[in-house]
This record gives sequence, C-alpha cells and structure tokens, in this order.
Amino acid sequence: MSNKMHIKLNVNGKDEEFLAEPRELLIYTLRERLNITGPHIGCETSHCGACTMTIDGKSVKACTMFVAQASGKSVTTIEGLGGPDDLHPLQSAFKEHHGLQCGYCTPGMITRAAKLLEENPNPSEEEIRFGMAGNICRCTGYQNIVKSIQAAATEMNAAKEAAE
Amino acid sequence: MIPAAFEYHRPTDMDGVLAVLAEHGDDARVMAGGHSLIPMMKLRMADVPHLIDLQDVGGMSDIELGSDSIRIGALVTQADIIDHEGLAKAAPILREAALQIADPQVRYMGTVGGNVANGDPGNDMPGLMQCLDASFTVVGPDGERDIPAREFYEAAYMTAREDDEVLTSVTIPMPKGGYAYEKQKRKIGDYATAAAAVQITKDGGSCASAAIAMTNLSDTPIFSDAAGAALVGTSLDDAALKVAVAAMLGDIDPTEDNRGPIAFKKHVAGVILRRAIERAWSRA
Repeated sequence: MSNKMHIKLNVNGKDEEFLAEPRELLIYTLRERLNITGPHIGCETSHCGACTMTIDGKSVKACTMFVAQASGKSVTTIEGLGGPDDLHPLQSAFKEHHGLQCGYCTPGMITRAAKLLEENPNPSEEEIRFGMAGNICRCTGYQNIVKSIQAAATEMNAAKEAAE
Repeated sequence: MIPAAFEYHRPTDMDGVLAVLAEHGDDARVMAGGHSLIPMMKLRMADVPHLIDLQDVGGMSDIELGSDSIRIGALVTQADIIDHEGLAKAAPILREAALQIADPQVRYMGTVGGNVANGDPGNDMPGLMQCLDASFTVVGPDGERDIPAREFYEAAYMTAREDDEVLTSVTIPMPKGGYAYEKQKRKIGDYATAAAAVQITKDGGSCASAAIAMTNLSDTPIFSDAAGAALVGTSLDDAALKVAVAAMLGDIDPTEDNRGPIAFKKHVAGVILRRAIERAWSRA
C-alpha cells in the first residue's frame, strides 16, 4: 500500500485539497471524491473519450492520468462549461441538432469540442471529424454531432463578432 | 482498472531523477506523458513500485532548429510537433507521422521521448527516427552518451538504454529531399498494421539516396538498408520498386496477431512501402 499524498486541484474554478493514493485515476477522483459526475467512465483504455476534460489547456482522457500527475493543475469538465439555466452554445446546439443520442458520450464530446473550437473557430467538417477522432459514440450518431459542432461554431463566431 | 500501488516521485531536476533510479534500480521507472505506461500498469502488465514523473524536470520541452540538425527534447508532445511551424518546414515527415498517432487527446499527452524510449514495436516514432538517422541522448550516473536510433532497439521493450539512464533528447540531422510516413491501421487510435517511413533525395531523374524504415512488422522497428540501396541510381521504375519491396520483406519478421496473419501483414507492408516511396519521390 502506498502512502497517501496531499493533492491540490482546481476544478471548474474551485480549489480542492485532499489526501489520495497516487494511483487513483483522475476520473475516479472527480466522480467518486468530488461528486463531479459529468465526465463518464467508458472503455477505461483511453480509446472512447467519455472521460475527456480540459487540463491546463489540453484535452485529456482522465482515465489515463493518475491524480498525482494532475496535482497542481486546473481542470475543466462539462460542469465548468455551462449550467441548466445558462447552457454553453455547444450544449444548446447538441440539444437543438440531435447530437445527444443516449447522452453517455456527450460530456466528453462537448468538452473536447469546446477545446477544438477554441483552437480552430471555423473548422471544416473534415477538421471536426479529425479533431473529434478520440471520442466514440456508441449510438453512432456522428452526423448530428458534427452538425451540432458546426452550428455551435457559427453561433459562437456570431456572438464574438457582435461583441466586437 | 486500478493499477498496483506505487510510490510517486516528482523530482524537479535530473539529479533528483537519477537519485531515485540509483536507489531503486529495476523497481523504478520514469514516465513522461504516461500514455504507454499507464495502460500497462492498469492492466497489471507492468509493475512499477516507484514511478518517477518527469513533468517538473526542466529543459526537455524545447524544439531547437539548428543549421544542420534538429534537437527535440524528450518531453515534447506529439501535439507540440504538429503545432510547430518551423519544424513542419524543416522536417515535414515528423508532422505527417505525428498526425497519424492515436487521437488528439493522446497526442496532447504522448511525448517523443516516451514514444522512442519505450521500445514498443508498435510505436511510430522509432522507425521514423531510424529513417532520419537520428540519435538519442541518454543521461545516467556516468554522464551523457548518444546512441544512434538504428542501434537502439534490441527486442520488444529492450533497448540500449540502461535501467539507470533517462532519454533526454533526440537529435536529427536536417532531412533532405522527399519524405513520406505511410501507415495502415484498423481504426483511429490503433497501432500500425504496417507503416513505412521514407526519405529520398533526387539527382536529376535518378535516386541519389533513400532511407527506409518499417514499423510494427518485427519485434523492433526495422531499418532496411537493402530496400534503400535497391532504389539508389534508379529512376524508381516499377522494377526498382519491386526489388526494394522484396528487400524490405526479407528484413521484416512479422508475427500473427489480431491485426492479421503473417501473409496479410507482408502484403500490407509491401503496399504501404510502395505508396510511401512513390509519395516521397513525388515530393523529392
């Protein structure tokens, strides 16, 4: 049994401090310890992307990161993007354009898509498919997911232009 | 999937890393992005009582473009390779290969150093580095030494790096001529069924030099001297391509697994190499 270590995380803007074994996987920390259950556990082999979150500006699969590695970092999950009364444009677009399907992959899809649109605000369909390649939808609803991301990009670009 | 317990070390300099390695020997492993090691630990196929996380060790995250060589720090990620405009100009084969590794989330974490040091025959960077005649710098208790990529791989997960050494950087002579990294995989995120790295220079209408390396077709990456030699002096006509492919097939030693039987892998290797040579030639 390894010793517990002191972990500091900033999750969705809130500082968290706790003791944990270094081997605890970050996805478990968030779900079981911090009750942040948006990111899901899917394949646990870094294929499916259901556990995708943004860590210090990178899209990361949290089933393949030890909590010890994440200590000192900032984490954004789907909960940090928008709430029930204040949906992120991607959340609205997924709802509007039937990108949700069963919804299991959705938090990872939206968290990844948010980062993708930050890096490339005007992605082509091909760029969306390439940029979302690490997220698998078992309902195979990809067409509407792509449409939703395109719609959100249009919406976000229009909002940005209006603000300028 | 919870790995066995381990002691976690996050030293802030290389002396600290080497001290943990010296103290724990075989029981300690260094980790960069962790995207090869962590899945193995979760499957309990790797037992690492002392895990050394390199993320806080400085000086290994830079891409330096010199006049005749390129130095890439071990902690440079695949995403860093893809994003670096200067590198894409100087050695475009690196971006072409990096874009074919895993998926975006994995490329944010996976590092060049981890990819080449791990000795996994499925990894893409080792064959590429052999094609480019790169050398790997390792540091240990007796200081630094350089090991040519073409001499680094001994067997699956067995390399010329000693247990108490850490791979710190990769140095690549400035590549010349046309290039291609061609990879066949079953699906996004998969390792290669077969992949080929090719770098070719042209003199008039004939091939002046050719370097060819193959991925995941033996228990190490395979630099096929004979395949490259078969192209030199030719105009890369069909006959020359056939000789090169035959020479490559003589150098690889694939095994049957869930990517297919041996005959299939050899067939795919031939197709992939032919494509890579043709594309590299068209860019030379």
